[in-house]
Amino acid sequence: MAKVFEIMTSRKCKGARDLLPKDTEVFRYIEDVFRKACINWGYQEVRTPTLEYLYLFTAAGTLTPNMLSKVYSFLDWDGWSGERVVMRPDGTIPVARLYVENLAQQQIARLFYITNVFVFEETGKENRERWQGGVEFIGSDKPASDVELILLATEILRNLDIRNIEIQLSHAGVLKALLKELKLNPDEETKLMDQIFDGDWQVLTKTELGNSNTGKLLALLLDLRGKSSSFLENLKALPQIPVSLKSALDNFAEIAGLLDALNCNYQIDITSTRGFEYYTGLCFQFSAKGTRLGSGGRYDNLIPLIGGKNTPACGFALYIDPLLSLVQPKAKQKVEQRILVKCEKMTPEAIKTSFQSAESLRQAGYVAEIDFSGRQSDRRWIIAVQEKPPLFLVTDQSRNLTREVSSIADVINMIGGSV
Amino acid sequence: MLTGRQQDNIKLALPKGRLLSATACLLREIGLEFDNYSERTRFYRLQSTVLPNLSAKIFQEKDIPIQVAIGNYDLGICGLDWIEELTAKYPTSALLKITDLEYGKGNLYLAASRYRNTSCLQELSAEQYSWRIVTEYPNLAEASALNLRLRRFRIFPVWGAAEVYPPENADLVLLWSKDESEISAQNLVPLKTLLSTNAFLIANQESWQTKNVSQVVAYFSRGLEMKAKPWLQIKPEPSKSFNSFKPDFNEEKIWLALPDGHQQEPTAEFLNKIGLELQGYSGDRLSRRPRFNLDWINAKVIRPQDMPQQVANGNFDLAITGKDWLFDHLYRFPSSPVTQLAELGFGQVKVVAVVSQELPAGNIDQLKQIQAGKLSPLRIASEYINIADKYLRDNHVSRYKLIPTWGASEAFLPEDADLLIENTQTGKTLAKHNLRIMDTLFQSTACLIGNKNSLESPLKEEKMTSLVQIFRQAARTN
Repeated sequence: MAKVFEIMTSRKCKGARDLLPKDTEVFRYIEDVFRKACINWGYQEVRTPTLEYLYLFTAAGTLTPNMLSKVYSFLDWDGWSGERVVMRPDGTIPVARLYVENLAQQQIARLFYITNVFVFEETGKENRERWQGGVEFIGSDKPASDVELILLATEILRNLDIRNIEIQLSHAGVLKALLKELKLNPDEETKLMDQIFDGDWQVLTKTELGNSNTGKLLALLLDLRGKSSSFLENLKALPQIPVSLKSALDNFAEIAGLLDALNCNYQIDITSTRGFEYYTGLCFQFSAKGTRLGSGGRYDNLIPLIGGKNTPACGFALYIDPLLSLVQPKAKQKVEQRILVKCEKMTPEAIKTSFQSAESLRQAGYVAEIDFSGRQSDRRWIIAVQEKPPLFLVTDQSRNLTREVSSIADVINMIGGSV
Repeated sequence: MLTGRQQDNIKLALPKGRLLSATACLLREIGLEFDNYSERTRFYRLQSTVLPNLSAKIFQEKDIPIQVAIGNYDLGICGLDWIEELTAKYPTSALLKITDLEYGKGNLYLAASRYRNTSCLQELSAEQYSWRIVTEYPNLAEASALNLRLRRFRIFPVWGAAEVYPPENADLVLLWSKDESEISAQNLVPLKTLLSTNAFLIANQESWQTKNVSQVVAYFSRGLEMKAKPWLQIKPEPSKSFNSFKPDFNEEKIWLALPDGHQQEPTAEFLNKIGLELQGYSGDRLSRRPRFNLDWINAKVIRPQDMPQQVANGNFDLAITGKDWLFDHLYRFPSSPVTQLAELGFGQVKVVAVVSQELPAGNIDQLKQIQAGKLSPLRIASEYINIADKYLRDNHVSRYKLIPTWGASEAFLPEDADLLIENTQTGKTLAKHNLRIMDTLFQSTACLIGNKNSLESPLKEEKMTSLVQIFRQAARTN
């Protein structure tokens, strides 16, 4: 019977996670650092609903079929029309929708959010609910905007005390132009693109593409790693670079040049793009000691694709889950005094006095917890409420001293005087 | 056996329907016969005539991959289409395809009506339109819609007769068919062949790893090496219905859905009695589009199970179905615009909760008590998945597993389910299968259902009201 009970009592869903008090403390700390930085840079916080219509994510240029095969989709209670809803599988697309529906009159919208996204992971050993802090900069096509996001993200990571942050840059525009050069039929191109955005770069070497001129160029580009805008200038100077690549390469080089001027180190790695197919321009990813901590990029086609006007945009997300194990919350500036108010007699009078004195203590800036069960406590200060005057027995456990006090004002004075 | 260990008991799941004749022939020819495995059988549990440790049970083909994947059966025979339908949604299913049995050949096609100008796949993803896809394979349909990058689509899972819906009531259909000529005969144009399907021998992964099923598999291997394979020659019975028509997109006409199966005869009788004459809805050859003497009514014959959803989404204005299917729909979609307009009096059944005779549970509370001592959750098999779900919620059954079935649910008790939510007329069939009614949920009869919005639509209101009036009057005198 005991075993039955054990099985029956709430077992967590596969791939779900509890955040215990100490985890939540770190979580809150990350959120606070993230939120503070965003606000200081002029971004405004938004929240989108957990449920969205599936069709928001199905158009080509949003999520790949492989990602769509891992969404939590179902029929709502009024889903008799067959329209499916989905638990938010991505942070950017809902915010783009929010912008189109509510803020489209603003030329520039700087938005940020802290949200969970849901992705089915087959083994159930990794989180299926993932948290991220996201930033979207809508309305600007300037290379400086891409740079702003990289700087903001690095500032947040630095504020979280993450060391050895690595930035990898890639460019979806360069990549897409290159794939166009392969002159595949639209079906093959979409399929190849889907595989690449799902992270399967091998597919390019497996195909017969390798023999064509473009194939060779592609292989060259995929293998090369650069560390400055000069690398891109060198590429641009190569004789076999087709004209169609020029504007994307120019944009890439301009951003890289700005980062050089700002002394921001990065690595150029075309293969670092992954996961989303809505990116159109610069893509970047942040990692530390091999752990991916965030990624982002430019997505100029997404807003028109979901029904908005032609609006350039870019954004990034930092992954809170891997950060949880890397971040140590800074010691609180002010150590709160935690005080235990013990109510030993269960009379209405004693209970009333306990609540009232706890309230006074809180107003004086202390954390006051009330105990009705007579348990032992490691709090320094314990205030036992008496039925008759003197109303309070105050114990300072650090000095092993107990004193009688007749009013809560005196208690506060006594505790305050001793700090 | 060298190890001298006892022979494992092996359970095989055998198909009803389309594959039955050929499967029975194969088993006979390879010398692995079962008594009573024929079209006419009234038994679900079969015993091998040659291997004492081999038993079998007959299921709807669609249920077989599920039964094998969850480990209720070690081996099974079913079409590749149903295996893929399961693994499209649940890729980690513990299912192994052991061998291709080569018969039951056919294809899964994604098709459009030849009366629509959709002739190539590119058009599908380019348009902003919300495609209506009707199919018995909702998982495969969703996967292919996503792969085709359809911007917007709605999938209507149906129990059958998918080919009847286009072009007026659906845009695309994903269906199994022997070949393209069979598809063309339905006035459909195949856009894509999703899959070529044969019958397969499948195994549960765990059984394959731990049990010795080699003896049984050897029979099949021998069969595949035989020179003459008479089972390949067996063709499934030709369809008894036909579907020739001129499409009608006139938005002022009333679309009425009529039931096939058991409900067809009493419905035809009823319509006849109220003076609505129909051509092609009685006799041996069923027209999927019978014609009324009133030219403002368009009728299609579909499965009664599918009607509430089809009426809800506006594909049909009215339908004759059972209260049971209306309730099953409304329990899942409480804000649905479907409503009952008239009770028609025929097709009386009780929807009941059923347990095995051997289970000493007189009511749901006793069943809960018996269940409390067990480690596994209560298993409920039902065609009425939402009625069953509500019944269990209302009775505070805390841990249960719903097993959706596609007919022949009584075969599930007692081995593969503990409780059944099922309909019965007299209870005789249940008693014959050693089952007992534990609870009656409600009485169901045939009823006319309709879409509230079409009742209010200016184009249709008048016709709808007069038609409903005719039905109501007739129902009162019936």
